[in-house]
Amino acid sequence: MIPLAAVLPPAQPLMLAALLFTIGAAGVLLRRNIIIVLMSVELMLNAVNITLVAVSRAMLQLDGQVFVFFSLTIAAAEVAVGLALVVALHRSLGSSDVDDVSSLRG
Amino acid sequence: MSGLDPAFLIVGALAIVTAVGMILAKNVVHSALFMVAHFGLTAVLYLLLSAPFLAAAQLIVYAGAIMVLVLFVVMLLGRQEALLDEPIVGQRWLALAALGVLGAALVRVAALGVPAAPEGGTAVVPPAFGSPAAMGDALYTQWVLPFEVVSLVLLVAMIGAVVIAHFQRRPRNEKAGNPAIAADATEIPSPRA
Repeated sequence: MIPLAAVLPPAQPLMLAALLFTIGAAGVLLRRNIIIVLMSVELMLNAVNITLVAVSRAMLQLDGQVFVFFSLTIAAAEVAVGLALVVALHRSLGSSDVDDVSSLRG
Repeated sequence: MSGLDPAFLIVGALAIVTAVGMILAKNVVHSALFMVAHFGLTAVLYLLLSAPFLAAAQLIVYAGAIMVLVLFVVMLLGRQEALLDEPIVGQRWLALAALGVLGAALVRVAALGVPAAPEGGTAVVPPAFGSPAAMGDALYTQWVLPFEVVSLVLLVAMIGAVVIAHFQRRPRNEKAGNPAIAADATEIPSPRA
């Protein structure tokens, strides 16, 4: 169906996914705006999805793609709850800086 | 490592550029727009990896629903400051060092690749692999129980989001009844004292 896919060795998508995961981790560690941190977590989830799709294609088994489908729905649920938390925090603290959310530290 | 696909190279390079742009952008709206582009490029990547159904789902769920939700929240919260100072001294250098180790290890492992299809021979992807028909067949027969459970998870998340973000209209005098924000908070014994 897509002739390009037949010549793609599996290592290159995996390396791309590894790089994207590292970039996402960099966003989590270096940025302090809570929305950007949340989007960086999404970036890491997305990188893992790319890994699953690449391995699924290399092994010629559909299970990996089914797993990505479930991961997609869980990511949607996570973003909904996470953004609700962001809104609630912004209302009670008046800022969206992750360093301000230290009241759970005791 | 032969046979670098030019389409994959271009899409992969653009995906990395948009990801870096997302974490470096000062304006949160720019970040979100970089993220939309990144999710679109991921959908193209799924097409190249023979997952057409997931490509469509990626566009609808990620680039459509999730990013619109993020943009809604960004506009609800109003203007965000860039926050470029560093409250914990040396944190950035530590983080960059840890990220270098993490990235090197991940790329090194990923470069090993995976073994080809267990049936042996040169893997020729069947034309129906990853099509909506094949995915539907797998989802509604082998994975039907996880499929139902995940719909329940979505329902719970929806209710949870509504409950958490619900705006409570408190009466004005409730402030006095709450000791944490009462005016004479100094009389409350501090746990650190």
